[in-house]
Amino acid sequence: MARMSAITLKVNGRAHTVDVDPSTPLLYVLRNDLGLQGPRFGCGLGQCGACAVIINGVAVRSCVTPCATVRAEVTTLEGLAKDGALHPVQRAWIEEQVPQCGFCQNGQIITAVALLAKIPNPTDAQIREGMNATLCRCMTYYRVQSAIKRAAASATRRSAAAAGEVEGRIA
Amino acid sequence: MTTFTNVPQHIEDLLEQQTAVSRRAFLKGSGMLVVSLGAGALAGPFAARAEAQGAGPYPDPDFRQLDSWIVVHEDNTATFSVGKTDCGQGTGTAFRQMMADELDIAFDKTVCIMGSTHNTVDQGGSGGSDAIQVDGWPMRRVAAEARRVLLEMAAAHLGVPVDQLDVRDAVISVKADPARRVTYGELIGGKRFNVALTGTNVDATTGVAKVKPVGELRNVGQSPQRYDIPAKVDGSLKWAVDVKLPGMVHARNVKPPAAGARLAGVDESSVRGLPGFVRVVTKGNYVAVICEREEQAIAAAKQLKVTWEKPATLPFPTSDDLFTYMRSAPPTSRQGPTVKGNPDAAFASAAKVVEAQYDMPFQGHTAFSPAHAMADPSNGQMTVYSNDMKSYGMRNGIAQFLDMPRDRVRVVWMEGPQGFGRTAADDAGFEAAYLAKEIGRPVRVQWMRHEETGWDTKGPAFAFTMRGALDAAGNLAALDYDARAADYCHVGYNEADTVLIAQLMGRRRATPAAGSAGTPSEMYEIPNRRTASQVVALPLVWETPLRTGNLRDPNGPQITFASESFIDELAAAAHADPVEFRLRMLTASAADDSGFRRARSIAVVKAAAEAFGWDARPSPRAPARAEILTGRGIAYAFRNQTVVAEVAEVEVNRRTGRVWVKRLVCAHDCGLVINPEALRHTIECAMLHSLSRALHEEVRFDAEKTTGVDWITHPSLRHADTPARIDVVLVNGDPNPRRSDLPPYGAGETACKPMIAAVANAIFDATGVRLRRVPFRDERVRAALSAARV
Repeated sequence: MARMSAITLKVNGRAHTVDVDPSTPLLYVLRNDLGLQGPRFGCGLGQCGACAVIINGVAVRSCVTPCATVRAEVTTLEGLAKDGALHPVQRAWIEEQVPQCGFCQNGQIITAVALLAKIPNPTDAQIREGMNATLCRCMTYYRVQSAIKRAAASATRRSAAAAGEVEGRIA
Repeated sequence: MTTFTNVPQHIEDLLEQQTAVSRRAFLKGSGMLVVSLGAGALAGPFAARAEAQGAGPYPDPDFRQLDSWIVVHEDNTATFSVGKTDCGQGTGTAFRQMMADELDIAFDKTVCIMGSTHNTVDQGGSGGSDAIQVDGWPMRRVAAEARRVLLEMAAAHLGVPVDQLDVRDAVISVKADPARRVTYGELIGGKRFNVALTGTNVDATTGVAKVKPVGELRNVGQSPQRYDIPAKVDGSLKWAVDVKLPGMVHARNVKPPAAGARLAGVDESSVRGLPGFVRVVTKGNYVAVICEREEQAIAAAKQLKVTWEKPATLPFPTSDDLFTYMRSAPPTSRQGPTVKGNPDAAFASAAKVVEAQYDMPFQGHTAFSPAHAMADPSNGQMTVYSNDMKSYGMRNGIAQFLDMPRDRVRVVWMEGPQGFGRTAADDAGFEAAYLAKEIGRPVRVQWMRHEETGWDTKGPAFAFTMRGALDAAGNLAALDYDARAADYCHVGYNEADTVLIAQLMGRRRATPAAGSAGTPSEMYEIPNRRTASQVVALPLVWETPLRTGNLRDPNGPQITFASESFIDELAAAAHADPVEFRLRMLTASAADDSGFRRARSIAVVKAAAEAFGWDARPSPRAPARAEILTGRGIAYAFRNQTVVAEVAEVEVNRRTGRVWVKRLVCAHDCGLVINPEALRHTIECAMLHSLSRALHEEVRFDAEKTTGVDWITHPSLRHADTPARIDVVLVNGDPNPRRSDLPPYGAGETACKPMIAAVANAIFDATGVRLRRVPFRDERVRAALSAARV
């Protein structure tokens, strides 16, 4: 391992400077230096998705991402909520009661958020393909897929409501 | 802040400090409020009950004291303490529903803390699908007793006899004058009940009060959302992996490169110069590296130069040779044969005899996150922060392992990754405690992926031989069942002489556990039967990555794969519809048990067929030449009094061999249902876990080590495998059952049993090819189809 150096990261809207080996995977900096708990260690090999974070709109495996290579802002599970409200994907997750143990759900939610940002109304096949590298050992896949469809439908309703200048709150 | 785990306050504080900087800044910037749980206002009890590491010893909470189970607070809320652990099936929510009903308090005015040895009674943690079935009863009884005591207190307070009082939502009022009222909180908030309970053991714990009839339960049968889910979705839950302590260090293990290898030497100078290096610890064949930072420990464990001597004899055959070995090895133990009727005569006079062998490989627990724990050795005590499903056993085992008094050791249970029984023998907790005691600092241990997949406990491999005799009418006249399980030296529950670190250190019991093989669980009336089972040992008994442990529904999926596949083979040989063939054997007797298991078995088989839209005909269906062949299969099983039938509809790609289970139906009867939606979800996931075992999972090994070490070399079910549709029919799932005597049975594992056979039967229906070796990976299916010229 190389010498420690000062690395600056912008995470969930705030800049942090940490003194670590530049090759340190982003995951350990997020968890052990910044105290974040959303991204978690599952495999350390980029195979399962437990450590996923969003960088430049893409779901990135932080366990195989050296922290010194991160140039853009990092959004973690903790950073998805905005203005006092959970992200629509998180709300769909609660409505569908998706988790069992919940340990992989960071990866499921982060990957779903990035998928829906790219494809707002994915087909079943696009959901299966887009989520296929994100594993769950409780096997909550069926409800994960339902929740993604629910979140997509809810976003469609919101944009339809906005286009139609509908007043009031839309669930 | 999450308030439903029972993390000690000093850990809560530390975790809050760690997250406070980024989170507070974020909250200010965005104006976001912390997402609060329904129980968010109930932090009080934790502050009151939590003890810092310095405040030990940690005596066992007394199960014969009401105060050990229930605390009522001044704000008229209640905390329930339950000595079980919730592995994600929602048992904590179910306990709150049952106990809120018995106490007469609103569900959302309660919290449930679970599983920590110092503040919840030892109810064994989780296992055996028994949380609701067994522990539901004492929890209901103690809540009913608390209500009774509160009513007596109210009678004295209001000067009115108990029978003239009403109670609802933790408020007691005078029937004739409802304005005269007093709340539970006003009566006892912040004070102790000081009420003694009775019972010869914890399961028998009871007060004077009786539980309510089922018809009077208001929350039971409803589906309140699981309280643990919001914090798992917003990132605020503190898991066992999240615990950090001042002065803590990180440890990583170095495992033997070959099973049974002996540690010949460690060159500490190979890592001494690394940044953050603290120490190498070795004892026997156990090796760990400790560093200040996590990534440093990972790097040091990779870099440490270790010399190993491979054993003189090979530890096991290769996974390709396993079943040949198992069928020829001398058994270490036998059960049976048990004989009913005269099987030999029935076979001699049979119109048709069917024979088949089935092979089920070792399958791993492969927890989603590797084993982990944090141990704090300060003040001559030992606190272990762990996701161990059997935290109480871990506490006892660690006390014994470290030769410490039990009351100087505690295990704080926190949530963790699904392990399906892996943490019943939780190696990382023992390792963390051992290393912490060695170096006198808090130590966090986490295994790496290759260790967890390669070295976790395994569900035993099985080799089956079955024979069936059909009479001239196509009825099953005799069944001969023989099973061999590679289950010798089955690992126990957190035992100080069977956990892996103990084995590697050479600390072992003289007599290995005998293991078991088991027999089919069905209610078929077959006039002549012979049932036998044997256990066989692999050459290496200790220190092996093929050591066996309880994998979700221990042995059930293996046995049911063979038994329910074979019933299907017999149905095909009799040219009978598989549902009709099963119902014929279920209805051939009227004899039933007190739980009506026969009648309920018939009901679930019928319900599954009806929900699926079963087309009655023999399997296989007429041959087709399309690229995608479709078929359906059924299988049924019970576990204790829970009965289940499952139907799988498959698409088999004739060219690639890929099997996609496009639809699943489960008819399930586990008696009284506490939370129907949480139950449905549990059943869905249990079926998919077994589907993963059917399609993908096998522990592969060469003649010296396991070769599956990650999610590529040891695959698991993925999103693309998910059925397009899953239907769960709760046969006795009436949310408001009229039967006041309907008891709840376990629901965590039964749905795992029939799935593999249901899939195999559906593949046969689609293709006419019988798969008798699990898993049904593409290449195996393709080869079988090709050999059969399908």
